[in-house]
Amino acid sequence: MKIERRDFLKGLAGSAVLAMAPAASAIAASSGKTRLPDALGLLYDSTLCVGCQTCMVACKKANNMPIEYSGSQRLWDNPVDLSSKTLNIIKAYENGTPKVKDREIDGYAFIKRQCMHCVDPACVSACPASAMTKDAKTGIVSYNKDACIGCRYCQVACPFDIPKFEWDNPFPKIVKCQLCNHLLVNGQIPACASECPTGATLFGPVKDLLIEAERRQTMIPGKYYEFPVSEVSSAKKQVHKARNYISYIYGKNDGGGTQTLMLAGVPFNKLGLPMLPDRSYAAMAENIQHTLYKGMILPILAFGGLIYLVKRVEKNKKE
Amino acid sequence: MKTEQPLGGRILTPAFLICGLLFLISLIFIAKRFIYGLGAVSNLSDGYPWGLWIAFDVVIGTALGCGGYAMALLVYVFNKGEYHPLVRPALMTSLFGYTLAGVAVVIDVGRYWQLYNIFLPWHMNLNSVLLEVALCVGAYVAVLWIEFSPAFLTKFGGENAKAFMNKIMFVFIALGILLPTMHQSSLGTVMVVAGSKLNPLWWTPLLPLLFLMSCIFLGYAIVVFESSITGSRYPIADESHLLEKVSGVMAWLIAAYLVIRFADLIIRGHLGLAFRGDLLGNMFLLENNLLLIPMAFLFIPAYRKNARVMFFCAVSIVLAAVIYRFNTYIIGFDPGNGWHYFPSVGELFITLGIVSLEIMAFLYFIKRLPIYRRS
Repeated sequence: MKIERRDFLKGLAGSAVLAMAPAASAIAASSGKTRLPDALGLLYDSTLCVGCQTCMVACKKANNMPIEYSGSQRLWDNPVDLSSKTLNIIKAYENGTPKVKDREIDGYAFIKRQCMHCVDPACVSACPASAMTKDAKTGIVSYNKDACIGCRYCQVACPFDIPKFEWDNPFPKIVKCQLCNHLLVNGQIPACASECPTGATLFGPVKDLLIEAERRQTMIPGKYYEFPVSEVSSAKKQVHKARNYISYIYGKNDGGGTQTLMLAGVPFNKLGLPMLPDRSYAAMAENIQHTLYKGMILPILAFGGLIYLVKRVEKNKKE
Repeated sequence: MKTEQPLGGRILTPAFLICGLLFLISLIFIAKRFIYGLGAVSNLSDGYPWGLWIAFDVVIGTALGCGGYAMALLVYVFNKGEYHPLVRPALMTSLFGYTLAGVAVVIDVGRYWQLYNIFLPWHMNLNSVLLEVALCVGAYVAVLWIEFSPAFLTKFGGENAKAFMNKIMFVFIALGILLPTMHQSSLGTVMVVAGSKLNPLWWTPLLPLLFLMSCIFLGYAIVVFESSITGSRYPIADESHLLEKVSGVMAWLIAAYLVIRFADLIIRGHLGLAFRGDLLGNMFLLENNLLLIPMAFLFIPAYRKNARVMFFCAVSIVLAAVIYRFNTYIIGFDPGNGWHYFPSVGELFITLGIVSLEIMAFLYFIKRLPIYRRS
């Protein structure tokens, strides 16, 4: 018996169409999840940040996080990056002779990194055991160690490298910023926002934070404006000279949008943030999965077809 | 009619003992991992949370175990009953590849004592690609052992049980084709969510299609490779006429794969990255040339009769599919922020130990169980 090339190609073409369908739909289909109306978040304004790291101390206290040493002198908490011991960090950008703040060339700037609480979080989509969840009301992304199997797919998936793993613990867990939701239930606000002395980190409903961010985008550099401190609705305000904002609200659409929004005087890719398409990668992966596995219809049909094919061969064998 | 028979012979050969030693060494590192944590034996980090174990033991290990799937596909879907002699040896390799991938997962996951959570419906996240892979691979390991059970039952004389198994076997054969189609493609989808962290030479929404196609030609190549090796050492029936035809199939499948791979890169406008002369570009060229060259040889019928050429083609195809998976999971993956990864000694030894266990099981099975048809 000769291999029927035609048969083979027919089968191949069939399988290819089957497998192409999801890919095509992933490109064409819906753009993932949309913002929740009551979502809570942060607005970080790099131009107001003085790099004092008060938010880092406040974060460690509020979340009972251990001190992290770097370098040989074990004297004070000085993490070099986010880790399983550090949920929030202020980093600095420097270029040339760093003389002027918030300037890209021969300047410097600060950037705060913590969980972005994505509108369509990759970690939540990726987690096989539902250990990462997004609160249906506040949109806060939190972690449940009792569900987690420690596969670390959340780390692979997160475009911001936020979930951290306890590598030196035989019984490890994932660690990430949960927007101090243990404080929120007591009517308090996230520690980084409540302790920030300049209003660089502002807490509030995301829809109000977006309005505030838009307002700052229209400010004329060099003129004086009022800036709320700690909370976007706060009566406590400070007057600052508006800096030269780049015209971009990071997190408004990036990666499908985030609930941590950022303003800066230096382009965000220079500050170490990834440039992401407006559609989340989680939505693309889910579209592929859902096209193939919705209601398990395709697999069940395929299974039926295979049973028929196998029986046919077995029958031939007996004859 | 020829039937499968044990090949017989001594079990404790030098090769077997060396593998045994390597396996014992790996146990030391495995113990260390469970006592002190993953950081104590591995170079895994928050930037590279997945390394050698996931990329090699699981993703590549199961792909190398696709011989059984590829042969079953040929026999049952394309109705080529003549290939039946190739199925059982292929199935056995699949059995080990998949079972040990399961073992590797238990070593790799951080909270292994909660691993059963993925089987509890209230914990399942139906959006998770990895959930689909885990459930599918788990089910397939069970199916493989069932499909393989006639070999045991022949050996241990369970004739009634064997007759019963043969009656219901068609269900498991069908599942044995369905499940790998699902999870081998999903192993590609797994990296779709990595998005901007995966180099555009490898990131594409077509990842599931490319992973599926490549696991099939990899499966064929493994069957050719294994028959050549086993055939040169043990008195098994000559199957070269079958292998010759399988190779013709491989050439076409590889051609289709390469057309899709390159068309996708051209359409997305990233083909230029391949020719920049950097590590990633060169890895891409290596991966695809290792397919292009054997494909060219296999299209020429005269070469398909040449056992040596066939063997080298099979090796090249296996390497290509393996490198493709390394590229997608590790080399092309860049979390940014200056993270680097190269497997540690501990990681290498644990992987080596698992592979050794696989070889030991292979040697034992072909000598004691009816796997191959003797000449």
